Amino acid sequence: MGSNRSGRRQFLKSAALAGLGAGAARVASGQSAVSEGPPKDTHAHGEPSHLAAPAGRGVTRSITHTTYYTPLAESVGIITPASLHFMQAHSRLPDIDPAKYRLTIHGMVDRPLMLSLEDLKRLPSVSKIRFLECLGNSSPRRHVSKPGSTPVTVQYTHGIMSCSEWAGVPMSVLLKEVGVTKEASWLVAEGSDGSKYTYSIPLTKANDDVLVAYMQNGEPLRPEQGFPARMFVPGFGANHSVKWLRRIMVVDRPYMTWDQSVHHSVPRADLDNKSRWYNFVWPPKSVITRPSAGQQLPGPGYYEITGLAWSGWGKVRKVDVSVDGGKTWKEAKIQDPVLPMAHTRFNFDWTWNGEETVLQSRCTDDRGEVQPTLAEMNRNWGRSEKDRLEPTNSTFHWNAIQPWKIASDGSITDALFA
Amino acid sequence: MRYSLNFLVPLIILAAPVAGLAQSRTYSNVGKTPSEEEIRSLGIIVGPEGKELPPGRGTAKEGAELYAKQCSACHGRDGQGGVANKLVTGSPDNPHRGTFKDNEGHPIAYWAYATTVWDYINRAMPANKGGSLSPDEVYAVTAFLLYKNGIVQESDVMDAQSLPKIQMPNHNNFVPEVPVWPPNPKKPSWY
Repeated sequence: MGSNRSGRRQFLKSAALAGLGAGAARVASGQSAVSEGPPKDTHAHGEPSHLAAPAGRGVTRSITHTTYYTPLAESVGIITPASLHFMQAHSRLPDIDPAKYRLTIHGMVDRPLMLSLEDLKRLPSVSKIRFLECLGNSSPRRHVSKPGSTPVTVQYTHGIMSCSEWAGVPMSVLLKEVGVTKEASWLVAEGSDGSKYTYSIPLTKANDDVLVAYMQNGEPLRPEQGFPARMFVPGFGANHSVKWLRRIMVVDRPYMTWDQSVHHSVPRADLDNKSRWYNFVWPPKSVITRPSAGQQLPGPGYYEITGLAWSGWGKVRKVDVSVDGGKTWKEAKIQDPVLPMAHTRFNFDWTWNGEETVLQSRCTDDRGEVQPTLAEMNRNWGRSEKDRLEPTNSTFHWNAIQPWKIASDGSITDALFA
Repeated sequence: MRYSLNFLVPLIILAAPVAGLAQSRTYSNVGKTPSEEEIRSLGIIVGPEGKELPPGRGTAKEGAELYAKQCSACHGRDGQGGVANKLVTGSPDNPHRGTFKDNEGHPIAYWAYATTVWDYINRAMPANKGGSLSPDEVYAVTAFLLYKNGIVQESDVMDAQSLPKIQMPNHNNFVPEVPVWPPNPKKPSWY
């Protein structure tokens, strides 16, 4: 506070000495965009330029889902700032006083443990750059243009995913500290939001690479990301990464909570219409973020095609791009760093000749698994023609290759179901 | 530093009763051992065996009134859905049986475990007032929803003994039957 006040005093003093009120500055410089009054002191946390409106998040709200969408079309590189990270919540966001925050670990353990935020910060920490993607990201209904639905742009088709550096305590450290009994095999993680969102994960995964994260991109978690601390489960659907983490209960089986066993299960035609549940990992996926639907190419000429590729199984091995509707494919340039379970940026030089065409990208991960076309995906999942053309519900783990159609006037539309 | 020994003496005495616990921790004096009461105060999470279910009881008849007051505004008068999810499909006399399609939502007849119904209502419902219902009320609303989906009789008493024994009609329609990690390598990648 003291430094804020003195900074502002210092500024006012300088302005007075220079004989410049803010109004005078505007006239004198001829820069009509300069705002009235002294600028807000933003030294503590910063703000985007007030002279340019940066792409912001989109939002949809219902009683069961509040969702913020990352503006992927403007993205370059692999990191999503916290302010643009996607968010989905199923109830009111809790407002947790960090001084009163406690994480309790109990159940099938020798030594139950209760930790404050300060306790968590004293324990050994690690950071990892990892993607986080909502299970319903890019699902068929996201591609349907109808009144009342979100615009069909990459922000809304694919923007319920982001990639950040997450830091905190390895779950393995906490599990060792409490001493899990030999009968234990899963843990149940519970959040303190209005719905007490709860998910079970296997202890083998928990001990492998799961975090109790309290930092994102070098700053404390934001309330929408689970402040003060969340579970972070790399490679798995974001639904596993329980926010506002209040307890970890060690158990000997998955606990079949509604969020996991009901809400996130999906009936599938290829499984005799039985429902797939406990489907953990995001398979290989990619999307061209620019040029993409909703944008307009001003005319023929050079454009860099850029996009993101990722796989919950590991690293991206290669990305192929097609600029002729899938007739031919060429390998894109992969940009460093290439990290496991993280967004990987690819770039591809392209000169548009002004004719109608379709752009698409295809990810191959380091296990050799290849992102499927829509047709392959429908075949794999036993989906009918009707399901393909007019998807009536969301589905999960949808990783079909995304085609963007360039019209001869340079307008770009989603061609997935076209 | 010369004071350190003086300080240590009372600390050692105080620490003695919990020495067994403290010795097993890798990181000394980080966090505390929660008391039984502190763990209890977190509330219960009920697993598929139902062993955490508390004493109490309720029937569909008792649950009908509570449902009308606390649930119907969002889930519809008969559980047909509204701003929130559909909870009922079919009717007590003509219940939905067999698998579901992905556009049929998740009415209670879809759920694999009756204990999950109790657990979710207990911790999450009504929206943003989770934890406000008594165990008897949760048993009663659970009984009402099971009855409306044709799974129990209107007069059946739901309690810690009866609820885990209910055979949910869709129970065997989830794959894999037992969730596994890592996944079965013999399955195709999209499985």
